[in-house]
Amino acid sequence: MSDRSNMIYFYDGSFDGLMCCIFESVYRNERPAAIREQNDGQESLFEARTVETDESRAQRVKDAIKDKISKNALNFVKKAFLTCLEDKELLIFDFLRDGFKRGWLSMNDITGRYMQPLYTAVRALDNEAELLKGFVRFSDLGGVLVSVIEPKNYVLPLLMGHFCARFHDESIMIYDKTHHMVLLGQNGQGKIAYLDEFTPAEADARELEMRRMWKHFYDAIAIKERYNPRCRMGHMPKRYWANMTEFWEERCAPAEVEQGGRFAIAD
Amino acid sequence: MTTDEKLQILTDAAKYDVACTSSGVTRGGKKGSIGSASPAGCCHSFAADGRCVTLLKVLMSNACSYECAYCVNRRSNDVPRATFSPRELADLTIEFYRRNYIEGLFVSSAVIGNADYTTERMIECLRILREEYRFRGYIHAKAIPGTDEALLTRLGYLADRMSVNIELPSENSLKLLAPDKTKTAILSPMGQLKEQIKENREDLVLYRSTPSFVPAGQSTQMIIGATPETDFQILNLAEGLYKKYDLKRVFFSAYIPVVEGRNLPSLLTKPPLLREHRLYQADWLLRFYGFRASELLDEEHQSFNPYVDPKCTWALNHPDFFPVEINRADYEALLRVPGIGVKSAQRIIVARRVGSLDFEDMKKLGVVMKRAQFFITCRGRTLEGLSLRREYVMRSLMSVDTAKQLEMPEMEQLSLFNGEEYTKCLTGQI
Repeated sequence: MSDRSNMIYFYDGSFDGLMCCIFESVYRNERPAAIREQNDGQESLFEARTVETDESRAQRVKDAIKDKISKNALNFVKKAFLTCLEDKELLIFDFLRDGFKRGWLSMNDITGRYMQPLYTAVRALDNEAELLKGFVRFSDLGGVLVSVIEPKNYVLPLLMGHFCARFHDESIMIYDKTHHMVLLGQNGQGKIAYLDEFTPAEADARELEMRRMWKHFYDAIAIKERYNPRCRMGHMPKRYWANMTEFWEERCAPAEVEQGGRFAIAD
Repeated sequence: MTTDEKLQILTDAAKYDVACTSSGVTRGGKKGSIGSASPAGCCHSFAADGRCVTLLKVLMSNACSYECAYCVNRRSNDVPRATFSPRELADLTIEFYRRNYIEGLFVSSAVIGNADYTTERMIECLRILREEYRFRGYIHAKAIPGTDEALLTRLGYLADRMSVNIELPSENSLKLLAPDKTKTAILSPMGQLKEQIKENREDLVLYRSTPSFVPAGQSTQMIIGATPETDFQILNLAEGLYKKYDLKRVFFSAYIPVVEGRNLPSLLTKPPLLREHRLYQADWLLRFYGFRASELLDEEHQSFNPYVDPKCTWALNHPDFFPVEINRADYEALLRVPGIGVKSAQRIIVARRVGSLDFEDMKKLGVVMKRAQFFITCRGRTLEGLSLRREYVMRSLMSVDTAKQLEMPEMEQLSLFNGEEYTKCLTGQI
C-alpha cells in the first residue's frame, strides 16, 4: 500500500460514504493523508479525490468487516463514526485496514495504537448517551413532548430506540443543537432529520406548574448536612445543566409562588 | 393544601431514605402504555448533596402514629403534616415521568392509623398506575412492618422492588429507639417476600404468563452511627442478610440528628459520612469482588481504617498474596489488587489475549496506577523506579481528600499498620 501523504479523500459525510473511501483505498492500494467531509471550507495544497457514495460498494465493505474482523467490529465503527473524535475518519480507516490483516484480534487490542483512540472515544459516546437518557427534559408543548440537548457526541441515533419505545403513544421531539439534527418520534417509530434552528414554544400554565413542582422536589430531596457540590458535578457535569428543568429559574415560575409562606423551601 | 405544597412536605420527609435505584428489571415499551425499565437503571439527576435522583421519592403521608425516636415524622414531633390521595400521587408520577424527570416511583409512608390501611392506600396508587395508565416504568414500594400477608402479596405484584427497613443494626438498639417496631415484625415480611419471590421464579420457568412478583428483588437499609454497633457487626449483619434473605442491596445511612431525644446522639453530632463510605466500599467488595466479611474485619479489628479503603487495608495485611502478575493472574486475583476494578480487570483479560501487557498499557485500561503500582508486576518486573518510601506509599494509597487533610509530618507518626507487616509487604515481596 502506498502512503499517499499528499492525497485527501472527500466524502459526503455519511457512514456509507466513509465505507466507500475504504473501498476506494483498497482498490487503488493507497492510504490518504486525510479524509474530510466535502465543503468544509479548508483551503489546501493537497491533491484531492472526491469519493462518490455507492450503496453496493459500501455494503461490500460492511460485509468484509463482518467476515474478516467480526460483527461487533461493524457496530463498533458505526459508533466510532458518531463520536466527536477529531479525524475520526482516518482513525477508523486505519483501524479497519489493520483489522483486515489481523482479524478479530484487532478488536481485543484495547491498548493498541489503532484501537485505543477509538475505544476511548466510543466509551465517551456511550457514556454521554447513557447520561442523556436520564438528563433529557421534555416540556409538554401543546401535546408534543419537546426537548433540547447540546451533546458533544452525535448521540441521537443511540437515544432513538430508547425514547421511542418508552413513550410509545406520545409524540416526541429531541433537538440536538450541537449537530442541528432533530429526532421525531411517534407510534413507537422514530426518524432523524436535519433542522437548522429551533426555538421551543412558550409553556402554558400547566407546564409551568409541573416545572415548578419538579424544581421544588429537586430542592427538597437534597440533605443539607450532606451538601457536596463536587460530587454532584462529577456525576452530572455542568454543561448539561442549561437544558435541565431543575436549574431553570425564570422559565419555571409565575410570580405567586413566592408567597409560599410556611411551606417555603428554605425550611 | 395544593399538590405542590404536599409534594414539598412529603419529599422533605422521605429524603432520608437512601435507596434510590431503578435497576434489576427489563421491560420494553409497548403500544397502549407508557414507560419501560432497563436492568442497569438510570439516574435522572443528582441532588445538591451528590446523591442520584432516579425515582420520585415521596411518602404517601407523614402523619405517623408511631414514635420512633430518631425519626423526623414521629408522632410527637411538631412538623407540618400532609397526605397524598392515591390518585393525586399516581397523576403526579405520570406527569413527571412523561417529562423524563424520573424513572418511576419510590413510595413509602408513615403509618396512617395502622399498617394495613397504609398499605391499602399504597396499593390503590400503584393499581391506578399499572392498570389505568398501564405504566411500565419502575416502582419501588416499602413494606410496612405488621402488614397483612395478603396485602403484602398484592403490593408485590404491582411493584418491581420492595424493601423493609431494618432501621437499626441490632435488636437492642431497636428497642431503645424504635419501640413500636420489633425484630420479628421487620424480619417476617422480609422472609415472606423472599419465599414468594422464590416461588414466583419457579412458576415463571413453568408458565411464562405468570405475573411477576417483585422482579427486581428486595432491599433494606439501616442507620449508622445512632447506636454503638461496630463496623464489624454491621458488615456481618449485611453479609448475613444477603445470604439469608437473598437481598439485592443493603443500604447504610449515616445518622443525621434531626430530633432531640434522650437515647440519641446530640444534635451537634456530625453525620459519620466517612464511616458510611467505608461500609459501602466494603459492601461492593462483598457483592462484586468475591470478598467475605471475615476477610475485611475480625474480632480484633472491628472498625475500618479511616485513612485507606478496605481493599488497600486488606492488601497491606496480605503481603504474601502480592505481587500479582498482570499477564498471568486469573480474574479473581486481579480483582484483589487495589486500583483494579471490575471493568479494568475485564479489559486486562481481553487485551492480554492480543499480546503481553506492560505498565504503559495499564493506564489505557483504566487501572489506577497510583495505587496498583505497589502490587503488580508486568512481564515479571516491578515498575521501574518505584519508590517504597513510607510517606509516598501511604499518600498514594489514600484518597486525594484524605491525603490533603493530613500534613505529611503527622503522617509519619501514624501507626496504621505495624512496622513488621509494612516492611514485609513493601520490601520482602515486591
